[in-house]
Amino acid sequence: GKSDPSRSRPSTLVHIPSLLLAVRAHPHLLLAHITVFHFLARCHPRTRKAMMAALSVARSSCRLINGLRTSFRSLGQVKHGAVAVAVPPTNLQQDCRWYSVSHLSVKERIDRKRTAALVGGGQKRIDAQHKKGKLTARERVELLLDPESFVESDMFVEHRCSDFGMEQDGNKFPGDSVVTGRGRINGRLVYVFSQDFTVFGGSLSGAHAQKICKIMDQAMTVGAPVIGLNDSGGARIQEGVESLAGYADIFLRNVMASGVVPQISLIMGPCAGGAVYSPALTDFTFMVKDTSYLFITGPDVVKSVTNEDVTQEELGGAKTHTTVSGVAHHAFENDVEALLNMREFFNFLPLSNQDPAPIRECHDCSDRLVHSLDTIVPFETTKAYDMLDIIQTIVDESDFFEIMPSYAKNIVVGFARMNGRTVGIVGNQPKVASGCLDINSSVKGARFVRFCDAFNIPIITFVDVPGFLPGTAQEYGGIIRHGAKLLYAFAEATVPKITIITRKAYGGAYDVMSSKHLRGDVNYAWPTAEVAVMGAKGAVQIIFRGKESQAEAEAEYVEKFANPFPAAVRGFVDDIIEPSTTRKRICRDLEVLASKKQINPWKKHANIPL
Amino acid sequence: MAAHRVSPSLNRLLFAVKYASFQSGCCAVHCNAQYSTIHSPSEKTFDKILIANRGEIACRVMKTCHKMGIQTVAVHSDVDSSAVHVKMADEAVCVGPAPTSKSYLNMDAIMDAIRATGAQAVHPGYGFLSENKEFAKRLAAEGVAFIGPDTHAIMAMGDKIESKLIAKAANVNTIPGYDGVVKTAEEAVKIAQDIGYPVMIKASAGGGGKGMRIAWNAEETREGFRFSSQEAASSFGDDRLLIEKFIDNPRHIEIQVLADKHGNALWLNERECSIQRRNQKVVEEAPSTFLDPVTRRAMGEQAVQLAKAVQYSSAGTVEFLVDSKKNFYFLEMNTRLQVEHPITECITGLDLVEQMIRVAKGYQLQHKQDDIPINGWAIESRVYAEDPYKSFGLPSIGRLSKYQEPLNLSNVRVDSGIQEGSDISIYYDPMISKLVTYGATRAEALARMEDALDNYVIRGVTHNIPLLREIITHPRFISGDISTNFLPEVYPDGFKGHQLDVDTRRELLASAAALYITAQLRSQKVLGDLRVSSSPVECSRWELCVQLEDGSHSVEVTKSGNVYTVEVDGGKVEVSGQWNLASPLLPLTINGTHRTLQCLSRDASGRILLQYLGTSFKVRVLSKLAAEFNSYMPEKVPEDTSSILRSPMPGTVVAVSVKPGDPVAEGQEICVIEAMKMQNSLTAVKQAKVKSVHCKPGETVGEGDLLVELE
Repeated sequence: GKSDPSRSRPSTLVHIPSLLLAVRAHPHLLLAHITVFHFLARCHPRTRKAMMAALSVARSSCRLINGLRTSFRSLGQVKHGAVAVAVPPTNLQQDCRWYSVSHLSVKERIDRKRTAALVGGGQKRIDAQHKKGKLTARERVELLLDPESFVESDMFVEHRCSDFGMEQDGNKFPGDSVVTGRGRINGRLVYVFSQDFTVFGGSLSGAHAQKICKIMDQAMTVGAPVIGLNDSGGARIQEGVESLAGYADIFLRNVMASGVVPQISLIMGPCAGGAVYSPALTDFTFMVKDTSYLFITGPDVVKSVTNEDVTQEELGGAKTHTTVSGVAHHAFENDVEALLNMREFFNFLPLSNQDPAPIRECHDCSDRLVHSLDTIVPFETTKAYDMLDIIQTIVDESDFFEIMPSYAKNIVVGFARMNGRTVGIVGNQPKVASGCLDINSSVKGARFVRFCDAFNIPIITFVDVPGFLPGTAQEYGGIIRHGAKLLYAFAEATVPKITIITRKAYGGAYDVMSSKHLRGDVNYAWPTAEVAVMGAKGAVQIIFRGKESQAEAEAEYVEKFANPFPAAVRGFVDDIIEPSTTRKRICRDLEVLASKKQINPWKKHANIPL
Repeated sequence: MAAHRVSPSLNRLLFAVKYASFQSGCCAVHCNAQYSTIHSPSEKTFDKILIANRGEIACRVMKTCHKMGIQTVAVHSDVDSSAVHVKMADEAVCVGPAPTSKSYLNMDAIMDAIRATGAQAVHPGYGFLSENKEFAKRLAAEGVAFIGPDTHAIMAMGDKIESKLIAKAANVNTIPGYDGVVKTAEEAVKIAQDIGYPVMIKASAGGGGKGMRIAWNAEETREGFRFSSQEAASSFGDDRLLIEKFIDNPRHIEIQVLADKHGNALWLNERECSIQRRNQKVVEEAPSTFLDPVTRRAMGEQAVQLAKAVQYSSAGTVEFLVDSKKNFYFLEMNTRLQVEHPITECITGLDLVEQMIRVAKGYQLQHKQDDIPINGWAIESRVYAEDPYKSFGLPSIGRLSKYQEPLNLSNVRVDSGIQEGSDISIYYDPMISKLVTYGATRAEALARMEDALDNYVIRGVTHNIPLLREIITHPRFISGDISTNFLPEVYPDGFKGHQLDVDTRRELLASAAALYITAQLRSQKVLGDLRVSSSPVECSRWELCVQLEDGSHSVEVTKSGNVYTVEVDGGKVEVSGQWNLASPLLPLTINGTHRTLQCLSRDASGRILLQYLGTSFKVRVLSKLAAEFNSYMPEKVPEDTSSILRSPMPGTVVAVSVKPGDPVAEGQEICVIEAMKMQNSLTAVKQAKVKSVHCKPGETVGEGDLLVELE
């Protein structure tokens, strides 16, 4: 693993013996699924060869080494990355960071450190980051926050690792591989951390974790949201268990902060292995298309374990997580779009669970009538329409920030404003699978409702639901358990709840969808509403089994049940309203419900069916 | 469903209010401009009229019926059950499912509706059964008045070959051509050669540009013959074709006639309808800039001669082609109320529907020829749900998510049959409305039209307002230098929207920047008591980067009060306005000039779609910092469209001419899509081999659906 010093490029070499040591010393790391990304820039062929040699040694020291082999194989794919391991100091003359020179005054040393912190891993790596279509950690923070509002903390923190030559000054970067601090978005306070891929591939050291924990703790004491901008190769392998401990420290804080301050993750690069659990614990996970990945194990491990051929993008790209897995809540085209959208999104959220839903100046009349709604529900009960049309025309300025727009599309959830006040919208989507509830849509809806309830955001529910989706796939998948989540979420929610039944509200799904019985504050029905145990056809087959004139019976059933009266006469809906007045009614009700107070019985914590 | 059933009396009330305001709007400037004749309540006509049509014309007829105190009956297809014309009528009868052949053309069902409701007369509107002699006969047989000409006149004028013979006999100028039915493509080629190219091939039973093709050589004649006969068969159930000399660069000017059953006939001046695309009218005006009083009189008199020759009664239109030397040739006579009749009403003050009803009841005309004035000028723009960037207009469909007519302006009349929330479906004509403006002079009417188009809010469907606004502001149109070839001549490479010059580009950039800043500032306005105080960015000067299709522009904005001063492209623009972020309209004052822009959409990443001078422009406003960072963002490669053929519009696949593996040449027909009764041939844009075919004849396709992939 030695190379000729005259030929070597300082920033591109791997100290193979130390790798070898790492592998020997910590085979358990691999077992713990911490996928380590050692990104090699312009990997020297000799180096690669030596690496393979190192691997064969490693293999003999540990049988369960498959994971490592594969993660090393992936190294070659990633160009322009950072070096995570030691290089001899003699090779570092070019990008010299030599701070302990005694003749410099403290002030000069401070300035030097600050300057060094601002360039992170150096201009070359910044250029490399740009070449990949990614912004640097600091650029991201700058764009996310209001101009000149960023107050950085821990710029002088450095990692404390002394193994594998890491203690050398050339391997110390002021601030380490994360930028942390607080700032303002549209004037409102927020805490931010932004992982710096140019420093050790953004890998998480003990110091890195400590910095994140510090701002999370501050966010908790002040009561302000935390936004994480993730771009990290994974654990700092040189630090071993310290790195793992760092993850756990963050996880714990994510859990403690859950429901106290909003936490948002924006994945802007790789995020793999144990690292994925921090975003998973936060309230919202957004991704950047084509440049961000989230997975527990990379494609090579997958290949070796399950023999599946899959690319990074297919396995954990933005498309996968926003359409198939439901892990991510939104995906954006690139860094700039993602950050600008994050600013917009942030404006919907209260700073903490002690704050009411924010009210922004509104230009849209609260008593605006929406005439197009009077004809939106088709005459044929089987014909679809787009629930988004209803939502967009009712909310302020047609401004609806949809959450998970590409996943479980049979339910629509997202944030909007009514007369300036943030509200959470939940709606069945008749356009997709008739708007039925299934496993995915129940889980999607439940998590959203719980977020709103945790943060004092009123919930407006538009109901057009034919019931739960039948079938073995659903039953075997546990629709009973998952459907219960949505029921649970609506039932426990104590925020203002307004429900509008636009058309069908059949069966158990009627109960689930924020019905009066689950403490709905205001429940409206449109004249087209049908609240019943089931549709006419099915009902008639049961009630009038064997009876000749099914058509006649069906007509009778329709006359009796396919209208809002059965629910209205019992007081299960408060009023039957003209659709065009819906916006006006909701705005008026929210005004009154702003002072709603409802407290659930004391408990350590509730036990939602997970 | 109770929600949709508004009581008829309420409906009438609503209508009355709307109508009254509409009329008072007319009276504000031109006391006599519209409907100078006052209906006398003592003159009894009918108690109840059934309107055998839909959309704007059904609504138009009902307005007059209401005025005359006549009960109205609407017929409708099932998808139209909540349409405006149904709500406006006193009674409504469903006559069948969506396809017109099963509903609006379903004579049995309509006859049943007449019997069931006891309607004494039927107004057919235009299209559908308006020129159907069979329908007129059946009505006559049951003693129901047909508000239109007698059957013999429909028969005589409905057939283009026969009508030409009659016109010749009545000493009306006609176009040289072949007076007979053409049976085969080869015969068509032979006849075309005899007459001399170019020739016009058209359906004998046709009208409205359907089943009409122009051919400049033998090959085009064959193709034209095939298309025309197919279209004629599908539109009119009659595939007979005829051929005549095609007059190059002509104007299309038509004379409105009005005749009673007592042998009296009047000509109500002309309408200039030269602005057409694919032989369908787009912009009409009355009077024409081209006609002098002598020619007008000559044309009017020939039109009346023809009307008298066929004992015409009711309103009708005699269409002429007029060449550059003011020679005019009879084209055809439309024995019905014409789409563009409102402009004639504006300049003459007559309510044509009222006159038709009177005549149908047997009353004599109230007017003499000398009583017919030309008061001012009227322009009509046909607002269609179609994409003007594709062959000057391919149909688009959708739901009108937002819809606001510019009725707040004076001297504006909008004839429409839709409202916010209506669906524009593939089943019917994609017309949204007829927007009519009038004024004492042509310039006044045109200026008002500009305003009206700018203030017209249509969301949810693609519409042709960009094209309309370009036409009415084009120097050639303003000078009156137009012909039926106007569009292809002015836009030889197709319509591309408004072309910005230095000043208008600056205005657009400045407006976008000002709007962006307004939204940014508003984002900081959080109300209520805050636990953690907010510290908004205090700023009154911004450096922005505004991107248009042609590149990026550095912009500096300063704000004082509601006025933004924007420095852009070496110039200074002052923009002020009310800046309501919820309103679709942005009434701005830009450098002292009033302009109404529309904000079509606005997103978090600075993208703003602004309708400016009729055309929508994609603008992206970024802070200087964001723009700098944006330069690092990779361009995402869009899909290569040259090897993918997608349906340009929703419709039905009529024919697929290729199969996988076939080699195709550039321009070769790949398949034919029929939409709104028009057949559109889709061709290959490059020479290639067919990789796969994803459609088959008879299938319904949506806009953007993949049809054929090439290799």
